Amino acid sequence: MATKTIAGKTVQVNDEGFMTNPSEWSKEIAVEIAKEEGIAELTANHWKIVDFCRQAGANGGKAPTLRQITTSTGVSTKEMFALFPKGPAKKVARVSGLGKPEGCV
Amino acid sequence: MKKLLILGAGTAGTMVANRMARLLDQTEWQITIVDQHETHYYQPGLLFIPFGMYSKNDVVKPKRDFIPAGVEFIMSPVDVIEPEHNRVKLVKDGRYLNYDFLVIATGTRTHPEQTPGLHEHEWFKSIYDFYTIEGAVALAKHLRTWQGGRLVLNVVENPIKCPVAPLEFIMLADWFFHEQGLRNRVELIYATPLPGAFTKPIASKHLGDILDRKGVKIEPEFLLMEVQPDAKKIVSYDEREIAYDLLVTVPVNMGDESIARSGLGDELNYVQVDKHTFVSPKHANIFALGDAAALPTSKAGSVAHFAVDCFSENFLRYVDGLEMLPTFDGHANCFIESGFGKGLLIDFNYEVEPLPGHYPLPGVGPFTLLQESEANHWGKLMFRWMYWNILLKGQEMPLPARMSMAGKWGK
Ligand SMILES: Cc1cc2nc3c(=O)[nH]c(=O)nc-3n(C[C@H](O)[C@H](O)[C@H](O)COP(=O)(O)OP(=O)(O)OC[C@H]3O[C@@H](n4cnc5c(N)ncnc54)[C@H](O)[C@@H]3O)c2cc1C
Repeated sequence: MATKTIAGKTVQVNDEGFMTNPSEWSKEIAVEIAKEEGIAELTANHWKIVDFCRQAGANGGKAPTLRQITTSTGVSTKEMFALFPKGPAKKVARVSGLGKPEGCV
Repeated sequence: MKKLLILGAGTAGTMVANRMARLLDQTEWQITIVDQHETHYYQPGLLFIPFGMYSKNDVVKPKRDFIPAGVEFIMSPVDVIEPEHNRVKLVKDGRYLNYDFLVIATGTRTHPEQTPGLHEHEWFKSIYDFYTIEGAVALAKHLRTWQGGRLVLNVVENPIKCPVAPLEFIMLADWFFHEQGLRNRVELIYATPLPGAFTKPIASKHLGDILDRKGVKIEPEFLLMEVQPDAKKIVSYDEREIAYDLLVTVPVNMGDESIARSGLGDELNYVQVDKHTFVSPKHANIFALGDAAALPTSKAGSVAHFAVDCFSENFLRYVDGLEMLPTFDGHANCFIESGFGKGLLIDFNYEVEPLPGHYPLPGVGPFTLLQESEANHWGKLMFRWMYWNILLKGQEMPLPARMSMAGKWGK
C-alpha cells in the first residue's frame, strides 16, 4: 500500500489516489485533494456534499453513488457537475477520503 | 400450515418455487407465487432479436408451464408489502396474502421516461431499446431496412441488469452490418458512464481491445443528461454532444415501485439484504433474490441461479432454527457473444474480478475465459435450452455455486 503526504500528514492511498483509511481524513486534507482535482475552493455547497458523503461512508463503509447523493441531498445532478466537474461521484469520494464509488458491477 | 410467499415468477422466483416445492414437506408448507404477467420471457434471447437471429417465438413461454404442481400461482400485480403484519396486498380485488416467510423476486426493468427526450415522439422511430420485447422487435424491423449511418449505443446509468449485454449488442452489430455488406457505411459508437468497456479493470482492458479491433469507438464517462430527439443528439452532464442517426438506449433500470411503496427499497427501489444470505436486516422473515436485491454483484440470470442454490440450503437450516451460513460469494458467470460465431466467458465474484483462463475444467475448458472462442458461442446458444429445461425447473446444474480459482491466470 502506498502512502502520500497531504496537508502535512502522511496517509495511505491506493494506486488511483483514493485514501484507503477514512479515519486519516481531515478537512485540511479535503481542501488539498480538491485542489488536485481542479477545485480551487471548497464552498458551503461543496461542504454540504462532502459532509453527506462522510456520513454515508461512516454508516455504510462505502462512498455513495451519484444517485444516492442527489436523492438524499436534493442537489441536482446538473449542480453536482457544476460543483465537482467531470465525474462528480468519483471526485467527491476522493475529496471525502473514501474509496471509489462501487455504483457498477 | 406454514406459508412461503414468493413475489415475482421470473427467473429467480420460478427457480425458488421449484426448488422449494421439492425440498419442503408439502404437508407442512403452502407455497404461493404471485406475478402480474402470464408470459415468461427468456431475456438473454432479447439480444439476438434485433439481428434476426431469434424471433419473438423463440423467447416466450407461459409462466404456468414452469410452476410445479402443489404450488399456488396467483396472477395479480403486487400492491404493497406490509412487513409489520406479515402480509402482502394484491391489486386484484384488494386481496391480502399472509406469509410466514417472504421471498421478493420482482426483478428490475427499464424506465426510459426518466431521461428527458428519450421516451417521446422519436421513440421507436430513431430511438430504440432492446431490453424489452417491444423494443427488440421494433429494432429488428428498423434494422432490416436501415441504410447505414451513425449508430450510437448508450447506457444511461448503472447498475443495469446484464452489464455485458450492451457490449454484446455492439459486437453483434459489427458482425451484422458486415454480413449485410453495410459495415463501411456504419459508424459504431458506445457511450457509457463507465471509464472503459466494462466495470472491472482486467476485463475492461481485454474487452476494450476487442472493441478497438472491431472498429467500435468508446465514449467513456458519458453521463446522459438529455436526448434532443429532433436534433438527433445526446448530451452529457459535462456538455459533450454526440450526434446519431440511430440511438439504441439501455434506459435507467429500477426495481418495482411496490418495493418503494412498502418502504423496503433504496434510491433505485432495490431491497437491502445481507450479501451472503439474502435476509433483510430489518425483517428476519423477508428475503430478496435475483435482480430485486441490492447486492454488489451483477444482476444476471446466472447470479440468480447461484443465489438460489445457496439460498435453498440455507433456508432449510433457517426454518429449523439453525444459523444461516454465509455461503453466497457473489458468483457470476456470463457468456459474452462477440459476433462472427464467437464468444467470450467471464467468471467472477465479490472479491475476484474476471481473469483469463479456462472453465469449468482447469486447463481444459471447454470454455475460454476472457478470450474469444467458438465454444463460448455454442455455450451461449445452448444456454437457452438449459434455461427452459434445467434452470427454471430448479434442477441442479453440474457447476459449483461458489466461484473457483482453479484454471485462472493471476495478474
Ligand atoms: C437483453 C438482456 C440480456 C440478458 N442476458 C443475460 C445473459 O446472457 N446471462 C444472464 O445470466 N443474464 C442475462 N440477462 C439478465 C437476466 O435475464 C436477469 O438477470 C434475470 O431474468 C433476473 O431474474 P429475476 O427473477 O430477478 O427478474 P425477472 O426474471 O425479470 O422477473 C421478475 C418478475 O417479477 C414480476 N413482477 C415485478 N413487479 C411485480 C409486481 N408489482 N407484481 C407482480 N409481479 C411483479 C415480473 O412480471 C417478472 O415476471 C439479460 C437481460 C436482458 C434484458
